[in-house]
Amino acid sequence: MKKSTLLGLLALVIRRDLVLAMRRRADVLTTLIFFVMVVSLFPLGVGPEMDMLRKMAAGVLWVAALLSSMLSLGRLFSADYLDGTLEQMMLAPQSLSMLVFGKMAAHWMVSGLPLVLMAPVLGLQFDMSAQALGVLVIGLLLGTPVLSMIGAIGAALTLGLRGGGVLLSLLVLPLCIPVLIFGTGAVEAVSTGLSAVSHLSLLGALLVLSLVSTPWVTAQALRISME
Amino acid sequence: MAINWFKYSAPTTFYGLAGKMIPWFAFSSAILFVVGLYIGFVVAPADYQQGEFYRIIFIHVPASILSMFLYLVMAAYAALGLIFNTRLSAMMATAIAPTGALFAFISLWTGALWGKPMWGAWWVWDARLTSELILLFLYLGFIALHASIDDPRRADRASALLAIVGSVNVPIIYFSVKWWNTLHQGSTIKFSGTSMHVAMQQAMFIILAACWLYAIAVVLARVRSIILERERNTTWITELPEVRS
Repeated sequence: MKKSTLLGLLALVIRRDLVLAMRRRADVLTTLIFFVMVVSLFPLGVGPEMDMLRKMAAGVLWVAALLSSMLSLGRLFSADYLDGTLEQMMLAPQSLSMLVFGKMAAHWMVSGLPLVLMAPVLGLQFDMSAQALGVLVIGLLLGTPVLSMIGAIGAALTLGLRGGGVLLSLLVLPLCIPVLIFGTGAVEAVSTGLSAVSHLSLLGALLVLSLVSTPWVTAQALRISME
Repeated sequence: MAINWFKYSAPTTFYGLAGKMIPWFAFSSAILFVVGLYIGFVVAPADYQQGEFYRIIFIHVPASILSMFLYLVMAAYAALGLIFNTRLSAMMATAIAPTGALFAFISLWTGALWGKPMWGAWWVWDARLTSELILLFLYLGFIALHASIDDPRRADRASALLAIVGSVNVPIIYFSVKWWNTLHQGSTIKFSGTSMHVAMQQAMFIILAACWLYAIAVVLARVRSIILERERNTTWITELPEVRS
């Protein structure tokens, strides 16, 4: 069977989750619309002065991305948990970490990637320079997968709990602070004429660290929640 | 003679031992508090720069140190509980969390009270203040997660995993906040350059010891309540004199 390799398995899980997400497009769109809405609220709240908006653009976009990625985290495991698929996945002979990694990747493609693609358009509303926009997008590309992966740990721990959504944010948001700092720091560095390489490297380091550790930790969390 | 180190890892035996230890820790903590506060407020001279305001350091610094130290102790107990599947370790971790959160809160509160006369602001986005705030969030997350899971075994294990993930993240958060801070503004205040008076050092270390002993006493008292609550259906609990009466 050609699907029996590890990468084949990964592709299978990702494809399944993507198909499921496409069958419920409204969920995907809600997250994106939330992102656009939160970003658009800021100029209404603080006033339309372009100087100020340009300064806070990166922070606003990053915080909005953080909040909207929290919104969709609750759905990461809950549907599979409710219909028993998750239990079957845990019984499967393949490594649970790998299955979890596939779900994380699919989650990022559905809820993280659209934000990254949308961000430059919103950045233009804040009058960001082309250079700053480029760094913002690279930062988001490196950072949003970390948000999905750290968030998955929280989603697994709060699986099936009452009031899970708010609790999830309470657990995950403090852990995401470094991503926020380096992501906005990169844009800030470019707009003050410095190099963004150090910030982006640190974001990359966080990404690598999350890639190797979070699938396993999430798998352990799932085992705790399911026993 | 071989000592059975694991004798007191069972709630049954630890319950009695903790009960015997609490008065000692509480009493010595009270004495050290009195001595430390006396040295701090009467013996130690006023600071030549900060006047009398600096005296808040005697509670502020011990509270900050303990809030960080207790998080590590909590994570260590949580890890022990997760690895060896011992009930008591998880109970200890649960018992430490509120005290740690309390110290983090005291540290922030006294920091604000100190900041107002010194920096002219209740709150400054200083690296240390900000990471202390995040530490408080981590404590609250641990407590909230434990409280919202009904099954105590699952609650123990889930919050243990969270504590471990948190303790791995604490240095990352600390350094990111530090670098963020130096990017935005220069370091707001520097303590270096002035050597502390001996009496100030003494007072601070004595109060640190007092806070430490207080934390031990309170945690032991809390863990006794947790043991009573969790094991309420066992015969040894129902045979306890204080439960019978």
